Amino acid sequence: MNRHAIAVRDLSFAYPDGTLALDGVSFDAVHGESVAVVGANGAGKSTLLLHLNGLLTPQRGSVDVGGTPVARDTLPEIRRTVGMVFQDPDDQLFMPTVAEDVGFGPLNLGLPPEAVAARVASALQRVGAEHLAERPPYRLSGGEKRAVAIATVLAMEPDVLVMDEPSSGLDPRARRRLLGLLKGFDQTRVIATHDLDLAAELCTRTIVMAGGRVLADRPTADVFADDALLEAGGLERPLGMRSCPVCGTEPARSGTPQK
Amino acid sequence: MSTIAAGLSALDRLDRLARLDTAVHRVDPRAKVITTAVFVVCVVSTGKYDLLGLLPFAVFPVVLAAEGDLPLGFLGRLLLMASPFALVMAAFNPLFDREVVAWLGSVPVTGGWISFASIVLRFLLTVAAALVLTATTSFAGVCLALEKLRVPEPLVTQLLLLYRYVFVLGDETRRMAQARRLRSFGRRGRDWRVYGQMLGHLLLRTFARAQRIYLAMKARGFDGSVRVARPLHFGPGDLVFTLGWSALFALFRTVNVPLALGRLVAGVLGIAAGTG
Repeated sequence: MNRHAIAVRDLSFAYPDGTLALDGVSFDAVHGESVAVVGANGAGKSTLLLHLNGLLTPQRGSVDVGGTPVARDTLPEIRRTVGMVFQDPDDQLFMPTVAEDVGFGPLNLGLPPEAVAARVASALQRVGAEHLAERPPYRLSGGEKRAVAIATVLAMEPDVLVMDEPSSGLDPRARRRLLGLLKGFDQTRVIATHDLDLAAELCTRTIVMAGGRVLADRPTADVFADDALLEAGGLERPLGMRSCPVCGTEPARSGTPQK
Repeated sequence: MSTIAAGLSALDRLDRLARLDTAVHRVDPRAKVITTAVFVVCVVSTGKYDLLGLLPFAVFPVVLAAEGDLPLGFLGRLLLMASPFALVMAAFNPLFDREVVAWLGSVPVTGGWISFASIVLRFLLTVAAALVLTATTSFAGVCLALEKLRVPEPLVTQLLLLYRYVFVLGDETRRMAQARRLRSFGRRGRDWRVYGQMLGHLLLRTFARAQRIYLAMKARGFDGSVRVARPLHFGPGDLVFTLGWSALFALFRTVNVPLALGRLVAGVLGIAAGTG
């Protein structure tokens, strides 16, 4: 059984106020693949992500991770397998110090203290944040918070990473560093984002959502070359795939994602 | 609203002070929490008119602050910031209790004024002790000690999260107040109504954030208890710290030390005068 694969089938979800957030969504992600989920605000991206590790349970349809259906009794296993990075790091970093926050998940997994310490050290080192270990989270910069939030998830050694807007609120250099970090991961990645250049650079495949449905599920380069599709999804071409606004030259790269 | 910013920066400074490394900082958090609790009980239970008996207690916060390298001016400012509460609480004592109990030269001193001074002094002593505890242990350290001392876990978790998010909430409040100020052009007529709505908004935002935090916690396997792997070691030194200070507080509480000292000195002088 491939623990890294995700299979979503005919998933629908309506919020208690009646808003139909997901309306028959289906897609697959295979081992090591990096998939972008793009779409306008309110397209259903965040709701979809919340289903991938069982924070919401399907009202109709199903979600399978590594062959295990997401259901009440499989939640501990699903949450170990799928690591979720939330949009606002302040929501994710709730412990008094960075080290304790990174250790929160591993301790809940029931690991002994020495193993937890080792995981904390290696996760922080992976995101280049070893020096922040003893700092309280509220004193970190936006980029540092994001890096630590990713470390809190890496410390659980997940097979799948789910990220909501990983590059929002980052300055260009912090964003560049994040991209480098994400490129180095070998987990299956599902990334919801408005940062279309990030999608073009990191993801081999892109899912376009609108009104709770999947508009398109195609190779990233195809999606961003299809102006009609982008228009329908409330999107536009990534800056890196437009001609230069000053001199009018065509973009150097055709948007083929680098792997 | 700058008071919010000032309060938060004071909290932040307390937290940074707690990362110093002195003998006082190294004492086990449990020892400091227990000792402070004994201190507070002894101070609070001292008699209403026993002003003199309270004075020796000041030695605890002063010694700890000095040994812990804490900036006294900063702690003093925090005490002043908190003192209006005590003044309000004690304000009516001089009005109701007008019986003259002593004369200071030719000035009559009523029981009300003595109990007023005693309330303010007790407030200053206990708050100073709490500040010193936080500044040498950190809020998280205090919470950890409480947990190890079997304080119910939900309470400790609440305290931890409260402390973590008071900064986020403070920031949100500050931004909201700023947005209001920018468009109110110094007019204050409708303030109370606007403040009511702002409070409502803050409450709703807090609910939404609490929901997101809870999801983030669940995503990492939260099952109702927050586990912290911070090793604590309660050594012989910590025992001496706790018992030593507690014994001293018990002494202060049972013997009026300044009065006893005064009698002793008077006695010695008397003997000296008698033999001389």
